[in-house]
Parts: sequence; C-alpha cells; structure tokens
Amino acid sequence: MVRTDGSMKAAKFDYIQAATVDEVVDALAKGDGEAIVIAGGQTLMPMLSMRLARPETVIDINRIAELSGIEVASAANGDEVVIKACTRQAAALASDIIQTQLPLLAKAIAYVGHQQTRNRGTVGGSLSHADPASEIPLTALTMDAYVRLRSVAGTRDVAMVDYFLGPMMTARADNEILLSVHFPTAQTGVRTGTAFHEVSELRGDFAVVAAAAVIELDGAGTSTKVALGIGGADGVPKRITELEEKLRGGRIDPGGIHAALGEIADALSPGGDQHAGAAYRRRVAAVLGERALLEALAEAERA
Amino acid sequence: MRKHQIELQINGKAIAREIEPRLSLTDFLRGEQGLSGTHIGCEHGVCGACSILLDGVPIRSCLMLAVQADGHALTTVEGLTQDDGSPGLLQAAFQDAHGMQCGYCTPGMIISAQALLVDNDDPSLEQIKDAIGGNICRCTGYVQVIESIQLAASRMREAHL
Ligand code: FES
Ligand code: FES
Repeated sequence: MVRTDGSMKAAKFDYIQAATVDEVVDALAKGDGEAIVIAGGQTLMPMLSMRLARPETVIDINRIAELSGIEVASAANGDEVVIKACTRQAAALASDIIQTQLPLLAKAIAYVGHQQTRNRGTVGGSLSHADPASEIPLTALTMDAYVRLRSVAGTRDVAMVDYFLGPMMTARADNEILLSVHFPTAQTGVRTGTAFHEVSELRGDFAVVAAAAVIELDGAGTSTKVALGIGGADGVPKRITELEEKLRGGRIDPGGIHAALGEIADALSPGGDQHAGAAYRRRVAAVLGERALLEALAEAERA
Repeated sequence: MRKHQIELQINGKAIAREIEPRLSLTDFLRGEQGLSGTHIGCEHGVCGACSILLDGVPIRSCLMLAVQADGHALTTVEGLTQDDGSPGLLQAAFQDAHGMQCGYCTPGMIISAQALLVDNDDPSLEQIKDAIGGNICRCTGYVQVIESIQLAASRMREAHL
C-alpha cells in the first residue's frame, strides 16, 4: 500500500522546529492549549496517527541543545543528578553517571523499551506521558525526584508525589514544558540497597506490574529510609507509605517485610484490562514488592 | 498549514523535498521515495516492521515525522544490498537459513540485526534476542530468524579472519 499526500493519517498541523526553550514556551502560550510538544514521539506519534490528538501546532524540541544531557549538580540537600528532558533513553542506559550515582534508575532503565524505541524515546517524554506502569515515572517517584516545569510565567518545581494525577495525567499545564528531572543522590555514610522488578508479557514491553525499592541503613543497621513504589496497579505509580513507615526506624528482618505485605494490597486499587485482571495485579504487586524489598535490604547490608 | 523543505540522505543519496509536516517518515519513504522495502505493520510503534537506521541507529520510522528527518542520514533495507544490488550479508543469510516465511517482518529484523552486528560480530543468543525484541514475527517462531543472524555473524567473522 503506497500512500500519497491525500491519505495522511495525522490531521493537519503547523510544525515549529524550536531552537530554544524560550521559543517553546512562547509557542505554547500562543497555542492556548492547541499546541503540543514532540520529543521522541514514541507516544505522541501513535496519538497523532490515530487522531486521538489533533493539535493545531506541534513544537519539536529535538534540536534544543540545552534540553539534552545528564549532569551532577549541587542542590539544597546535597547533590542531585539532573536529566534534561530530551535526553534519549538509550543515552540514559549508557550513562556512567546514572550507573554510578542512581543505581535504582540504572536497574529500572534496563527494562525500558526496545533498542528502536530507546534510541528516540526520551526521559522527559516518559514522565510527561505518565503511563501508570512505566518504569521511569515509577523510579522517579520511588527516589523522591522532582521535575522542573517552565511556562512564559516562569519556572516551578513539582515533586513526584504531587506530579502524577491519574493515568496519563500530570500536574504539568498545557502551557508548560518539562525541562528536567532531578534525582537526589545517596548521602555519603549511609548504606543503600535498591531493587527493581517487573512482570511484562515481553521484555521491553510495558510492565503489567512493577516494583521499585530503596532501603538505607545507618552504621548500626537501623533503617533510615524505606521506599517502595508500585506501578501498574493503580491509576498512578504509588508509594506504599504505610508499609514504609512500619519498616523505618528499626532493624528490618525479612519476616517483618512479609508481615507488612497486606499494606501493599490495601494501598492499591488496580483496574483490570486485557493484560491482567485486578486481583492478579494486586497479588503480583505484593509478590514483587516483597522481592524488591528483600533484595534492596540484602544489598544495603552488603554495602 | 505550511509545507517544509527537508534535505536528507537516504541510502547514501542526497534528497531534497518539500513536504507537509504531518507526513510520517514511513509514508515518506514508501510513498514519496518509492522505497517500499520498509514495511508498515501496526503504524503505531509496536511491531518493528518499519524499522530503519537513523544516523546508524535503529528507530521505528512510523514514530517519526518525515520533517524531523531533515539533516539526517537514513538507511533502509534497500541500503543494505551489495553495490550491484544483489543481497547483502544479512539478506543472503536470511535467504540461506530460511529466516522468513511471509517476509513481512523481515526488513525490520534485518535492520535490527544490522545494528547489532555492526558493533559485535559474535553476539550471544541473549544479545540477538534483545536486539530483535522489538520486532514481531507472526510466522517463523523466531528460531530461524535467530539462526539467520547467527549465520550472518559467522560469515562476518570468517571475512574478518
Ligand atoms: S509499523 Fe512502525 S512499529 Fe509497527
Ligand atoms: S516472516 Fe511473516 S511476519 Fe515474520
């Protein structure tokens, strides 16, 4: 089937190849809700082709140098790793900074997509799309990351806990662009363990359910931080805060983790779809949650 | 809706063209350039049939606008033949090891395999599976696809000796 001009899939739009972020925010303001940013295109392109999205203007940010790269910066509470929005997932996977400074993200990103999608797909794109089962949003939430958003009115930072509002819905307004995501790095002197697990139909596909865990221990073996995030089992990626609180502040024994698993099921309201039913997701969330916590604990104890 | 001028390289040839921005890269290659070797399976980024190389790395051409390819160098499956047009290394290996049945997924498989073998002429089974993980085949069950890639790799190694 050879298509010619007459049978294009996407509805008509104007295209702007932006050279600077200023240009992007101006165009977003002018677009008044009818303009949309394209980065790697891995989720927007299908939406355009199926005409689920019919923007008047598409603003391409792929050539904006200031939107790509990974760097360590100092922030109020210690160092952070800044990943600019248009950084390709393939670049994140290959990044030494992520491998050494953000072990949980390094583990999670190995599950993201296939080589063809990672070569175009961006870190900011995953966070903007906000699929509740997607690995990068789940990891950002579990690591207490925040995003920096910008509009003509200025720049604001939004913590991950306040960022995800529902499936594919975030706190970013139509006139804002996501500039970067900021991950705190581990403090010196604490022993950190991390783990990431997921169940998917095919490696590289979206997770049906995913679990991410971080445990930090002090010199005496007392847990100073416990974070457990579950993806794919609710409308947004979720932290299991009740369980975290139960486990924090003492020595964690594996039996204690097992005893607290009920908190995982209680915290989640999964939906069912063609991939898995709600009961399955709830059960797998508890199994993967336990596995991730046990593995993170063992890693922290070895550290 | 303003048209845009793009200049790019396809299989080593310089192309300049004026296009509507909503044209997908797959449709540009097939419809405007007559390069129908790049296949359209799902048209929404799940099957891998439309894979091409963009500046040497594999991507899904249905997930890119043609206008975004401005200034880039593309390689399609047509670009992997030998200079005289006869099958290239991977194409011949797929023929010899029966790496295709209907052939629908084949261009995408060959592009993914090309990206793998360019840096690694002795890939493990896991590395091959990972490389073609984003390419769906409804016919072969993948075994002969993998064997074809292994055959191409072994021929590459022999040629390097
Ligand atoms: S046609 Fe592009 S991935 Fe299926
Ligand atoms: S050979 Fe038919 S889809 Fe792969």
